[in-house]
Amino acid sequence: MDLTHTPEVTAFRAKARAWLRANVPDAPLPSLETAEGFAAHREWEARLAADRWSVVSWPEEYGGRGADIVKWLVFEEEYFAAGAPGRVSQNGINLLAPTLFDHASPEQRARVLPPMASGEVIWAQAWSEPESGSDLASLTSRAERTDGGWLLSGQKTWSSRAAFADRAFGIFRTDPEAAKPHQGLTYLMFGLRAPGVTVRPIGRLDGKPAFAELFLDRVFVPDEDVIGEPGQGWRIAMSTTGNERGLTLRSPGRFLAAADRLTRLWRERADPADTALRDRVADAVIGARAYELFTWTNASRFAAGQTIGAESSLNKVFWSEYDIALHESALDLLGADGELADGPWAEPWIFSLAGPVYAGTNEIQRDIIAERLLGLPKGRR
Amino acid sequence: MRFLPTDEQSDFTRTLRGLLAAAAVPAVVRSWSAGAYGPGRALWTRLADTGLFALAAPQEYEGLGALPVELALGFVELGRAAVPGPLAETVGAVVLLSELGDGALAKRFLPALLSGEALATVVLADGGPYAVDASATDHTFTVSATGELRLAAPGPVSELASLDPARHLSRPAPGGELLATGPRVTAAAAVALHWARLMTAAQSLGVGEALLARTVEYAKQRTQFGVPIGSFQAVKHRLADTLLALEFARPLVWAAALSLAPWEIAAAKVSAGEAGYRAALSALQLHGAVGYTEELDLSLWLRKARPLRDAWGSPSTCRAEVLTPALNRRTG
Ligand SMILES: Cc1cc2nc3c(=O)[nH]c(=O)nc-3n(C[C@H](O)[C@H](O)[C@H](O)COP(=O)(O)OP(=O)(O)OC[C@H]3O[C@@H](n4cnc5c(N)ncnc54)[C@H](O)[C@@H]3O)c2cc1C
Repeated sequence: MDLTHTPEVTAFRAKARAWLRANVPDAPLPSLETAEGFAAHREWEARLAADRWSVVSWPEEYGGRGADIVKWLVFEEEYFAAGAPGRVSQNGINLLAPTLFDHASPEQRARVLPPMASGEVIWAQAWSEPESGSDLASLTSRAERTDGGWLLSGQKTWSSRAAFADRAFGIFRTDPEAAKPHQGLTYLMFGLRAPGVTVRPIGRLDGKPAFAELFLDRVFVPDEDVIGEPGQGWRIAMSTTGNERGLTLRSPGRFLAAADRLTRLWRERADPADTALRDRVADAVIGARAYELFTWTNASRFAAGQTIGAESSLNKVFWSEYDIALHESALDLLGADGELADGPWAEPWIFSLAGPVYAGTNEIQRDIIAERLLGLPKGRR
Repeated sequence: MRFLPTDEQSDFTRTLRGLLAAAAVPAVVRSWSAGAYGPGRALWTRLADTGLFALAAPQEYEGLGALPVELALGFVELGRAAVPGPLAETVGAVVLLSELGDGALAKRFLPALLSGEALATVVLADGGPYAVDASATDHTFTVSATGELRLAAPGPVSELASLDPARHLSRPAPGGELLATGPRVTAAAAVALHWARLMTAAQSLGVGEALLARTVEYAKQRTQFGVPIGSFQAVKHRLADTLLALEFARPLVWAAALSLAPWEIAAAKVSAGEAGYRAALSALQLHGAVGYTEELDLSLWLRKARPLRDAWGSPSTCRAEVLTPALNRRTG
């Protein structure tokens, strides 16, 4: 066991830190869940990409630095410690790109990845439907065969950032006769401004249009935008959910930085007699460290050639519940000021509240942990 | 950076696990609880033969070099098997004596402690008022708030019952031979306390692992309403949470053993102590009434979890330590 980094990793950290110090905007950007903020974040993505910091873990040919998982984690730590803006392109980078690396043709990769890295094309995930949430395989949106491609019809919902994004990726039913719900599904990409698409923004809890529903009326998708084999959509999509819950969606850097901010707030504001609150701040520090170390353990497993499967569900439940507890402690420290909607902890708190719902609800994750990691019998679902 | 046990470290824990699986530890615990220390001391010697206690001392005192990571991995196994005795206390005593920089004193006590011939317990000013298992040991060391290291006067001790009958508590008799005094004693005691705290954390983790494993087995076999209780979602989710807590405590224990930073040890102690105790509550609940009996071997772990959570630094003490500015500075 060893937690010291090689000189190469340390040099990489120094380089990232220097770039971030010189480039991170002094004032925070407006919320990326607004039209104005979305545009400002696109510019930030372009700036990152210009110096090849937007997708450090990708191969160089697509705009990355070929960084391994250790360097990626180090970069993320520096990114959040520098107070750099949230990534408006994260769904594409974290969810679609890994799928493309595993399942797409070289032509698709060459066409889709570079504009994703630069923020020129921002992607939304179109999986959920009004009647298909946790039971995603029950989805009913269709893709019908047509000359040179497919025609999409149906409704998708809760699509994050689709209100302002350019394109979307999703699963559609191509064989309604298939024997089981998760057969006969196809994974494909489509334009959010293509003919036949209607995007209706939905205000989230604080009213910001953070997601949208999509109405699809015979939207044409050329064959070149199908990912992998038609009919294999479920298998392909599931290879992405591991990423979503696992290492890449929430890097420890984010929570280490948040715990640091919380500790600073506590030192400035805390009533020394309030040991209950002190204990919760300590738990935030401990939790960030635990999450960091758990991630390093998994990174070591990757490096040793092992794979991470259902273990990613442990991650997901941990960070989502941790995030809420941390932000609640911040609001408690702020007291009456915690109510101010423009305060520095308000929007992150609102955001944290959705953690146990998206990326597979925590109830579903606990089922996965119990059945696949502990070997308990499957129950009725 | 490779944050996984090495092959040698895994081999060592496998050896220990094998030895303990063959040792019928539950019977040993029951006799230890009744004050019959023979089987426990026999097990102790075999543990010492693996080099376990020698991992706490430098080579100059016949140790294997102070190897906290290996020792912590070993202590997880001790917790998993519910091994009784002054385990963390022995480590505390060994570290105290090796840190003093007094060769004569170290040579007087350490070889027998490392080989398992002699047993010791220790009470440090900041580590709680009670001596654990003084009646079972050959030496009781005490360090006072003013930095006096003494060997408690021999003689019978009057015991106070612990919630865990395998822990015999007593207050060390005043006086005894003065072995050393001064700031170096205080400094050595601080190091000893952190090692003892870390080993208690590792032991808690092992106790939690054992409770979870036994409860998962039970939940697969016990049927109600015609199906295994483990197929009920409320049962599954409780067990999933138990695993979650243990799996996030584990790397904290490893990291604390690597750095020996007091704040990391405190963080490991809070997490592992709470995870072990929560595992006990879940085990009790999911076993139903049979879990509430002393006959079932499960009780050996159930009764250990709470005292370990509070020994050598309560959660509150440790949380305060995590936030001590001088202690918790990170890389940048
Ligand atoms: C902020 C946010 C962003 C999102 N972004 C996207 C996105 O970009 N793209 C996208 O496709 N989707 C997105 N989603 C949707 C998200 O994936 C779904 O909300 C989620 O899968 C749950 O589905 P549901 O909301 O329909 O709830 P339901 O499935 O109806 O569940 C409601 C409640 O019942 C519980 N429940 C359901 N089934 C079971 C069961 N078998 N056992 C126990 N409990 C059960 C659930 O856990 C939940 O608590 C987003 C959601 C949020 C909140």
